[in-house]
Amino acid sequence: MASKAVLTGIHFMNGDEACAEGALAAGCRFFGGYPITPATEVAERMALRLPQVGGVYIQMEDEIASMASLLGASWGGQKAMTSTSGPGFSLMMENIGLGICTETPCVVCNVQRGGPSTGLPTLVGQGDMMQARWGSHGPYEIIALAPSSPQEMFDFTIRAFNLSEQFRTPVLIMADEVVGHMNERVVIPAEDTIELIERKRPSGALDTFLPYKPEANGVAPMACFGDGYRIHVTGLTHGEDGYPAMEDTAQVRMVNALVNKITMNLDTISSYDTEYLDDAEIVLVAYGISVRSARRAIYLGRQQGYKLGLVKLNTVWPFPEEFIRDLSGRVRALIMPEINLGQMVLELERCAGGRCPVRLVGHAGGSIIRPAAILKAIENVAKETV
Amino acid sequence: MNQPATAPCMQHPQEELLRSERLPHIWCSGCGIGTVFSCVLAAIRKTEYPLDNVAMVSGIGCTGRMAGYIKVDSYHTTHGRAIPFATGLKLARPQGKVLVASGDGDLIAIGGNHFIHAARRNIDMTVICVNNLNYGMTGGQQAPSTPFGAKTTTSPTGSPEEPFDFCQLAAACGAVSVSRWTSIHIRRLTESLTRAILKPGFNFIEVLAACPTAFGRHNRMRNALDNVKFFHERSVIKNNIDPREAPLDFQNALVVGDFVDRERPTFSDNYSLVHSNQLGEWPNLDKNAKPS
Repeated sequence: MASKAVLTGIHFMNGDEACAEGALAAGCRFFGGYPITPATEVAERMALRLPQVGGVYIQMEDEIASMASLLGASWGGQKAMTSTSGPGFSLMMENIGLGICTETPCVVCNVQRGGPSTGLPTLVGQGDMMQARWGSHGPYEIIALAPSSPQEMFDFTIRAFNLSEQFRTPVLIMADEVVGHMNERVVIPAEDTIELIERKRPSGALDTFLPYKPEANGVAPMACFGDGYRIHVTGLTHGEDGYPAMEDTAQVRMVNALVNKITMNLDTISSYDTEYLDDAEIVLVAYGISVRSARRAIYLGRQQGYKLGLVKLNTVWPFPEEFIRDLSGRVRALIMPEINLGQMVLELERCAGGRCPVRLVGHAGGSIIRPAAILKAIENVAKETV
Repeated sequence: MNQPATAPCMQHPQEELLRSERLPHIWCSGCGIGTVFSCVLAAIRKTEYPLDNVAMVSGIGCTGRMAGYIKVDSYHTTHGRAIPFATGLKLARPQGKVLVASGDGDLIAIGGNHFIHAARRNIDMTVICVNNLNYGMTGGQQAPSTPFGAKTTTSPTGSPEEPFDFCQLAAACGAVSVSRWTSIHIRRLTESLTRAILKPGFNFIEVLAACPTAFGRHNRMRNALDNVKFFHERSVIKNNIDPREAPLDFQNALVVGDFVDRERPTFSDNYSLVHSNQLGEWPNLDKNAKPS
């Protein structure tokens, strides 16, 4: 009998609900939540569904507590998740840093709305992209995915859990209000076709185990509560033995390990799709809901004779640096539509390195990027680059 | 007189529970935390709980460093967030025994909101709060425990605020056991800790501890031994009383004892209950509604 955790079949559901179903299919059995528009439906679905599969939903007193509870649950051996939006994401930042520093797998879904501050709770934004990268203090690397449809909310949530388990780090799902709230067809595959990755647990001697000694892939096996290793876990800079080490050499070793396990596995982590790229002269680079605007602009622009292509970023962090560098030498221009005043476009510019013009089509939030605005930018950049 | 070539190996009675390679510890001479730590270790041993299934979670501060010296799975988290971390840990692994050890600033100031909600939910954990009346790690600043009028580096002419009574707070929020001792009450503290670890639900133990280095230097309590004598002379033991009748009055009496011991279903008990349709009737104000 198929398990209740995987609702195999064809559904019509919104992105938030699809995110919750993806989490359950990935084996998530703990959700520490706090209500916030437009992410509440993820928590509501988990509150209903987790008890059906033997998991725990707990509504914490704030997002700080939610994030802390995920880390505890992860060390308790469970796959854990929360969902939030801008204000809650801000509150989670310190404990996301604890998760990075202590190498704790977990998943945070940010259904972005307009900001700053309370901003536009019910309306779309993509203004937390740099916060996702740099929001917690100190140097580190982060993995962030950006779904552009309810189907991808399901698929990417599973991938987020797999990446978090494989690389022992919090993984962010940078969704947005429109993707979270729109209802579309979501296909949930058969349970035995879903590939799941589980964190590697140690198997060696109890007394000589070094909890932060990376293996060949840059990741150390994780000894959870009750595994018998009786390890110490701290947010202080620590050595491979897990103990605080207040020296610059220890800091360099630890931060390098946190960064290396991401940068040495870019091929595994980084994901993007391309559309119409073969003959493209002007390429739109988009993520999240802005992918949908870009597709429409490409359709309209190609009717007018522009040779347009699309790069759809599935992982936004780490940014596909090498691919963009190569691409920028082969095209007339790169255009990024995003619902902010220019965040990921800075990364696009950096990687393009002046080899082609890079243009932003953005605004401060509250509505999606209109295809007409992208088309206008295409016309302008086409004139400039004749 | 000839010394033996090698001194006889002195082993700490709690060796099995100590990360001996981490010693010496960071606590100042005269600090009460080490004594409390010893009592915690002794209590864990007395419960005979399998050590692989005991975890300690702490926040930031002097007491928070306990997690770095105890040889069980131990988690030194962010400032104020030990309790929500411990909540996740406990709910993910219900068969584990979870202790939280942290200071007054960590648990009641920055972590105050988590403290009251974990007590309300009755999450199964034992919370040990070492109250040294100030922020010791950062050099002695005013805390929500600092007595009215006491001097700290951020209340140089005396604290203008009245402190929280932690035991009253814990009792009002629903803790199933509430005790207060000082760091000189070694036997009684160990017994309270042992009972608390064995008792399901949110158990709270406040331990008043001297901080000669940071608090004492501003408040004529600089001498460690005088602090111990002060606790000895001023402590009044009153068990099974309402914590509202148990003030910490530095001019008169420091009331200590086992104040509260009651039964309440834990979060996990209630979680199972509501998901097995065993709830009682909710008032029905809607005449047209079908019976649930």
